[in-house]
Amino acid sequence: MEKAGWDGFEIGAMLRTFDGAIQNIATTLPEDRAYSQSSSFTASVADWRIEKPLFNKDYCIDCQFCWVFCPDMSIISRDKKMIGIDFDHCKGCGICVEVCPTNPKSLLMFPEQKDEESALVEWPKKVKKEKEDEVGEE
Amino acid sequence: MSEIKKIKNLKEFSTSADRFEGANLLCPGCAHSIIVREVLNATNDDLILAASTGCLEVCTAVYPYTSWDASWIHIGFENGSTAVAGAEAMYKALKTKGRLKQPDRVPKFVAFGGDGATYDIGFQWISGCFERGHNMMYVCLDNEVYANTGGQRSSSTPIGASATTTPAGSVSYGEKKNKKDMVAIMAAHGAPYVAQVAPNKWKDMVAKIQKGFAAEGPVFINAMSACTTEWKFAPEDTIAISDLATDSLVFPLYEIINGTELNITYRPKNIIPVRDYLGAQGRFKHLFKKEYSYLIDEWQTRVDAKWEQLQRREEARV
Repeated sequence: MEKAGWDGFEIGAMLRTFDGAIQNIATTLPEDRAYSQSSSFTASVADWRIEKPLFNKDYCIDCQFCWVFCPDMSIISRDKKMIGIDFDHCKGCGICVEVCPTNPKSLLMFPEQKDEESALVEWPKKVKKEKEDEVGEE
Repeated sequence: MSEIKKIKNLKEFSTSADRFEGANLLCPGCAHSIIVREVLNATNDDLILAASTGCLEVCTAVYPYTSWDASWIHIGFENGSTAVAGAEAMYKALKTKGRLKQPDRVPKFVAFGGDGATYDIGFQWISGCFERGHNMMYVCLDNEVYANTGGQRSSSTPIGASATTTPAGSVSYGEKKNKKDMVAIMAAHGAPYVAQVAPNKWKDMVAKIQKGFAAEGPVFINAMSACTTEWKFAPEDTIAISDLATDSLVFPLYEIINGTELNITYRPKNIIPVRDYLGAQGRFKHLFKKEYSYLIDEWQTRVDAKWEQLQRREEARV
């Protein structure tokens, strides 16, 4: 999208999120919305990441924990199914990986440069339960 | 009255279309946006929002961007509540005069503020809104510190926490005053609904937000917001820390209806010691030195006493 320069913005303190009108925003999914360039949706924070989460749908049980706890609206869920990650807005915090309950986890953090195919190949296998994974409790 | 959105389980909740956008500048792992999402997704109605100065405001409205897909306004540090109250008064006036363009659409009025804007700077304004009885909701994102300006203590900062204006060291153990009980203060206004919520208990939170939206009159929600930067823990542990807070009863989850009927909405199966909650955060690190370890016992006593008091209030219905 062509972006306006520093002097190209509308004068005033009001920013319009959309181009044109949307009748019912609460039921309009992001792909059907016409975001204007004032919406931060059109920006990216991908360069904040050192590690990125990758998603293996073979193990996913669609519990949606990652969706509800993602602080950056970066878990894409449609029709009650988790379908992917929005890498423009993901800041790589890792909450989705921590809350993932499956064994092995269906979301894992990888270095930013890692390509998805090789990550899927070396995905850890199911481990026999010996001790509970103590998340964040030291 | 508009219909209440049906949210039976998390799968159903996940079909919500977010009205809060990514690429805001909140820290990775910030609980603020988890709370905001859970509040906004709890309804399908139109929203009129305001935010007081704080992390949420400075990070979601960085010119030329806005992260809000609803009418949103920011004025000052103290008056997020009155901005929304003014909009609500205008809405009522237009409705009475029959000048609303879409009278069948009933918007929800929500103000967001940090604990600085709620407990300290905006307190008088919020109190005024509650006294006048505006039909609005005030959500306090309580991270117990002025995180936006660099971690100064607020009146929400608990005893023993090291903040930049109450640093822990050889002569001091950090903050010396206990946290203000804002929930009780707001309930004392006689508000129809006052509740304490935590983002990790999403179902409890959504139920409370919906009850708040259904109530007629001012509603106060105190939302615990774990702050990865100022509480000093790793960004991925936000939910784990929130779990520790609710399970150790440092943040008990309860609601107060009409200022008198107190209901405890979450009773942890295993109550964990407060020591675990304190130990997980860098701001309480110094309490584990020998000379300050008595503070941990005091913490536990205080939390137990508060829990005891809540249970008594629930039983006595006062």
